[in-house]
Amino acid sequence: MSEAVIEVRDLKAQFGSHVVYENLNLDVYRGEILGVVGGSGTGKSVLLRSIAGLLTPAAGSVRMLGLDMQSASEAERQALSDRVGVMFQDGALFSSLTVVENVEVPLHAIEGLTAETKEALARLKVSLSGLPWNAGDKYPSSLSGGMRKRAGLARALARDPEIVFLDEPTAGLDPIGAAAFDDLIFDLSRSLGLTTFLVTHDLDTLYSVCDRVAVLAERHVYATGTLEDMREIGHPWIQEYFNGPRARAVSTKPAPDQSAEDS
Amino acid sequence: MDRLANHGAGTVEITALGDRTQAALIGRFGIEQLPEVQAHLATLAADDPVTFDLSRTDRIDTSIAWAILETEHRLPDKIDIAGANPETAQVLDLIRKGRPQADPRPVKPHGLRMFLTRLGEKVAQRGETLASILGLLGLFIARLGQSVIRPRNFRLTALVHHCEDVGLRAVPIVALMAFLIGVVLAFQGSSQLRQFGAEVFVVDLIAISVLRELGVLLTAIIVAGRTASSFTAAIGSMKMREEIDAMQTLGIDPAHALVVPRILALILMLPILTLVANAAGLFGGALMSWIELGISPAMFTTRLIEGTDISHVFVGVVKAPVFAILIGVIGCEAGLAVGGTTESLGRKTSAAVVAAIFAVILADALFSIFFQQMGI
Repeated sequence: MSEAVIEVRDLKAQFGSHVVYENLNLDVYRGEILGVVGGSGTGKSVLLRSIAGLLTPAAGSVRMLGLDMQSASEAERQALSDRVGVMFQDGALFSSLTVVENVEVPLHAIEGLTAETKEALARLKVSLSGLPWNAGDKYPSSLSGGMRKRAGLARALARDPEIVFLDEPTAGLDPIGAAAFDDLIFDLSRSLGLTTFLVTHDLDTLYSVCDRVAVLAERHVYATGTLEDMREIGHPWIQEYFNGPRARAVSTKPAPDQSAEDS
Repeated sequence: MDRLANHGAGTVEITALGDRTQAALIGRFGIEQLPEVQAHLATLAADDPVTFDLSRTDRIDTSIAWAILETEHRLPDKIDIAGANPETAQVLDLIRKGRPQADPRPVKPHGLRMFLTRLGEKVAQRGETLASILGLLGLFIARLGQSVIRPRNFRLTALVHHCEDVGLRAVPIVALMAFLIGVVLAFQGSSQLRQFGAEVFVVDLIAISVLRELGVLLTAIIVAGRTASSFTAAIGSMKMREEIDAMQTLGIDPAHALVVPRILALILMLPILTLVANAAGLFGGALMSWIELGISPAMFTTRLIEGTDISHVFVGVVKAPVFAILIGVIGCEAGLAVGGTTESLGRKTSAAVVAAIFAVILADALFSIFFQQMGI
């Protein structure tokens, strides 16, 4: 296995007296697409937010790209944020800016880029995310949910991060849109060599995109492994999730084109 | 070999090889090196064919790939890309496929025509809003009438809740504001009237201005700021979360459930708040007259009762229900006009406050003219 770019050790999250998870350990390896699943309220999004540095954990440590997040200085965290992209559930675009301007925001930090270059790069990322040209000049409020997600992805990828976090990338999309988004994530991750950490409920996403799955249950990462590994695990929730009727329907479908993986 | 630069992680070498130019990218390149790479690539002219030698390139990111492909686009048929490792080739391939195609921009009218178009649109919008406000006023009256006929359907709990929210909770701010206005009037009035030795008339000044105008007007302005915005925000967020659509599908009339209790609460509470403001204003005036002019509270009271007709109180309070209807209808209409987005909620809320305050002041001016003409 290649090096671990994210190492989570004994992480604990707590709201008041409610412990979401504790003693949580997880490694994410360079270049892989890791899917995090779990029932509602098991803290998938909380885990994403803790690793991305948006929440301070109650205990434990997170190392990302070799940097310990708890002991890192403000400048080190700032430098790290250039190498990490986050796509939020509904895109979280700035409502006062057009899509292209949103994608330009991370580029403003780079010295020496002309305004034309920034716009061209932003348009490139918008186009890579599968949005038409004219969507770039629109404001987020006039886009559909799927387009906002694509624009959010374009912004997350604006600076060619090494790690991207995707929070429920296909939630609220129709099956065709969700499948297209899955393909997009897969293609971009492979061709840009991204490490992808995605939180999802969508079995299709797990089957068509993820290299590895981590299951949150009983307040920690109950199991990690490939989808085949998951079927062997005796935990009732995991059994129901990966061997239930919906999962069987998905798993009998022909596998998507994975040729990009070979290179 | 013409070595041009050595900054950061990667190096660009541009070499002239007889009839062709070779551009070699050596090392790792990220977006931080983009300005430098762009500067080098800009020196490539259209004279000779150019070979990009990527055999010594470890890694390029999408921005560098974009810069290389831009050069290819700028100098068509002159560029040859060679020696790229699989990763680099993949990135180049991705960018080549994803290259955005510009759409023609829609032609926008400009100059005088644009100005006139916008003006017309604004006027039409205002007209629509006004019609919609009148429509809601009519709806309110109709639903109120229905409630009178069938009192069983009336939402008393909601009315009491809104009365508390609109009335009771506004008492401290309204009383404080009126008290301070009384103080200011006494202070300013006394310094002017003292010049004529007519200090005692400060009582009339305070009483008439507070009772007739300032008490009700300032209360209405505060309530417009406080309540019109909260009506718009509450109804608007319900509209955004499709609660209002849900009500309609469940056979609940939104006007009956949301609008009637709110506006009725305002109509009941604003006169009471006006009386509170009147009392607080007179108290503030009396206190300041005592301190500043030595007019004792007893003397102030006597002078107030003798010199000021009770009709001034009525002239003030009679305006309150009208202001209440204006504030309530404008606030509720703006809430129902909120679209599906959070921006429109914010815009409508501030627009409702401005419109409500403007309507209150306009109505007050019309009342003044009316009372003047009627000699009241």
